[in-house]
Amino acid sequence: MSQILKMVAQRFALGLLTLFVVSLIIFLGIELLPGDIAEEILGQGATPETVAAFRRELGLDVPPHIRYVEWLWNMLQGDMGRSLANKREISELIGLRFGNTLFLAVTAAAISVPLALTLGVLAALYRYSFYDRAVNVVTLSSISFPEFFVAYILIFFLAVTYPVFPSIANISDATPFWEKVYKVLLPALTLTLVVVAHMMRMTRAAIINLLASPYIEMANLKGLSRARIIVKHALPNALAPIINVVVINLAYLIVGVVVVEVVFVYPGLGQLMVDSVSKRDLPVVQAAAMIFAGTYVLLNLLADILSILTNPRLLHPR
Amino acid sequence: MTSNKKLTAALSGDVSRRGFLGGTAALGVTAASSSALMGRKAYAAKKGGHLRAGIGHGSTTDSLDPATYENGFSLALDYTLHNHLGEVDHTGGVKPELAESWEASPDAKTWSFKLRKGVEFHNGKSLEASDVIASIEYHMGEDTKSPAKSLLKQVKSMKADGKHEVVIELESGNADFPYVISDYHIAIKPATDGKINPTDGIGTGGYVLENYEPGVRFMANKNKNYFKSDRAHFDQVELITIIDLAARQNALTTGEIDMMDRADLKTVHLLKRKPGINVMETVGYKHYTFPMRTDTKPFDNNDLRLALKYALDREELVKKILRGHGVVGNDHPISPTNQYHADGLAQRAYDPDKAKFHLKKAGMEGETIQLSAADAAFPGAVDAAVLYKEHAAKAGINIEVVREPNDGYWSNVWMKKGWGACYWGGRPTEDWMFTTAYAAGADWNDTFWKHDRFNELLLAARAELDSDKRRTMYYEMQEIVSNDGGVVVPMFANYVFAASDKILPSEQMAGNWELDGSKFAERWSFA
Repeated sequence: MSQILKMVAQRFALGLLTLFVVSLIIFLGIELLPGDIAEEILGQGATPETVAAFRRELGLDVPPHIRYVEWLWNMLQGDMGRSLANKREISELIGLRFGNTLFLAVTAAAISVPLALTLGVLAALYRYSFYDRAVNVVTLSSISFPEFFVAYILIFFLAVTYPVFPSIANISDATPFWEKVYKVLLPALTLTLVVVAHMMRMTRAAIINLLASPYIEMANLKGLSRARIIVKHALPNALAPIINVVVINLAYLIVGVVVVEVVFVYPGLGQLMVDSVSKRDLPVVQAAAMIFAGTYVLLNLLADILSILTNPRLLHPR
Repeated sequence: MTSNKKLTAALSGDVSRRGFLGGTAALGVTAASSSALMGRKAYAAKKGGHLRAGIGHGSTTDSLDPATYENGFSLALDYTLHNHLGEVDHTGGVKPELAESWEASPDAKTWSFKLRKGVEFHNGKSLEASDVIASIEYHMGEDTKSPAKSLLKQVKSMKADGKHEVVIELESGNADFPYVISDYHIAIKPATDGKINPTDGIGTGGYVLENYEPGVRFMANKNKNYFKSDRAHFDQVELITIIDLAARQNALTTGEIDMMDRADLKTVHLLKRKPGINVMETVGYKHYTFPMRTDTKPFDNNDLRLALKYALDREELVKKILRGHGVVGNDHPISPTNQYHADGLAQRAYDPDKAKFHLKKAGMEGETIQLSAADAAFPGAVDAAVLYKEHAAKAGINIEVVREPNDGYWSNVWMKKGWGACYWGGRPTEDWMFTTAYAAGADWNDTFWKHDRFNELLLAARAELDSDKRRTMYYEMQEIVSNDGGVVVPMFANYVFAASDKILPSEQMAGNWELDGSKFAERWSFA
């Protein structure tokens, strides 16, 4: 157990280092982009004088490295600062959006994870059957289409032709819980179609892999049913790779949904980040990037811990 | 002038030449809205209801600060919360709004604005001259970031004459000053100690701010104390940012929203077929341009500029880029909607021979000319540039289209590269348009063009209160720009937008901005 704790501590430290490097890269990246927030916000209405005045107001006349150190120092004290564009507290701005993004991700995960596992186990069980092929074809096609295409197809069938769901997921704080669930169902379905193939294939492959092991053969010889062999004997041992792929997909559900957010007009974090990048609103981009990177680091850590807990042999790599 | 108005004019036979041209264009393109118009019962606004408008603009970096208003979302928000000294109506003229009336001295140098009495801000404060002065001052001075700064440079002094009169003295006469002071940036807000709080969202407008999440949604409730009793019919107005075109049109067809701006020109004919949806169109000031830097080679040679002007088939551009939702331009920025649009000026047509002739005179045969374009300049700008290249090739002109990134287009390409694509929202007055982008040394003179006679006329016309004399002067100026200016103006683009038939738009819509001058929240109602 102490070995696990040691590993967690190590990985945690490494995660913090990663975040630091990410923040540096993002900062440099934005500094390298043409124009700054003063020019971008004033757009066609920018004149040298108004731009200079705007920069003075925002403190952009300070050299970049000083701005970065200042930002880092504030961040370490838990102060994300204010948006340059509209002076709003970033923590408040992001808190709301991140909540929405998580809500969508959780809804999508609640549909896609059980679905993918069931489909995968069944596919392993009825390997090479018509069912196996059909599931593979359907999930692989849905993952092959771009997300926005899947989204439009769903909108066309489920919102326009048969108006079951609203075509935009226009939610706010005041929306009651179940109405929220109803409104995000269509984007969640889109995301499900996008991630299910990956998880389902991994489940299937991991189980099929194990079916060749001696202890499965033993179980077979004992005369156990196929379903029991797979669910009771093979699945627990296949958990490590499955958990890995599930968690990676969860991370994707949180950080990779910008396109879906745009199509469904969903007020999540992705749109905030895109807007902020295009307007060069550096503190917001930094904060959002930190959250995304942090999500990845934490989920990866979680995946490793869970894999090791299910299969302690992984602690001692040969 | 709106298409509806033109249409009515065209139908009733009360048509001038210009009105007829515009009117037939409107007839051609607004079949759906015209049938809606003729089937409409007597105009009666219904009070109440919750309006949901899908706006193809709005970003999380927007704010309530009037100095940062730059897109359609902030414009609509502006007109929902605030009033201005004057408002532009469907005739394109400016009418008093928070001012009750105004007067100019004979040289148009001193303007006095009498303010409406009994107007209350959303926080209960009464409107006074000091509020107006503070609201205008916010856009002036060294430290302002407001784009209205250049408009207000002409202001020499402002003073309150009692509680309800503001006297503004200008550096030189300006007959159009009421237009200038009604610019959307100059929202009138309450002042404390001579300063306004730009981000408080308080104004005198028809709706009171309820909730604003930049880039997502804006909500406002009816202002019970609104001074216009016949306006602001909705109980609640909700503006929703829906950038994605398909999402916006879907939301309208499935009833998630009641109206939308910026219809997709590629599919608008399909949208028109949908029952229960009215597609509307107004001719405005918006125009697309290809400005050349006349201060750099080779564009400092007017023969080359003329060659390029003759080498473009404008009709085809209107047909293919605007899909017919617009009119051809004549290489000057004054729209057919403008008061002093030069009707008599011959329309420049595609003429490869003349282009060849001028090219030869400029000594530029066989040279390659670069044209920068990105869709950030206007939708379809890259396609338009490629069409231009094809047209010019027939006149022996080699245009190399340089595709620029959308990101940073305005800071890196516009006014930096020799020749590029650009758009102008246009301005309600000739003087404003010319002063902003054509006067020598103007901040946004994107062609870096200087013409003595033009600049002389500009000053003379600005201070001239006699309408006929002004007309002659503006005609001459349009001719000068068309023949000598550094800009190719291929077309004026219509505003195309749509609403469910549950919505009753104004009988006559303003064309200064999209969606009835962006004042739909206070002018429209449920049917």
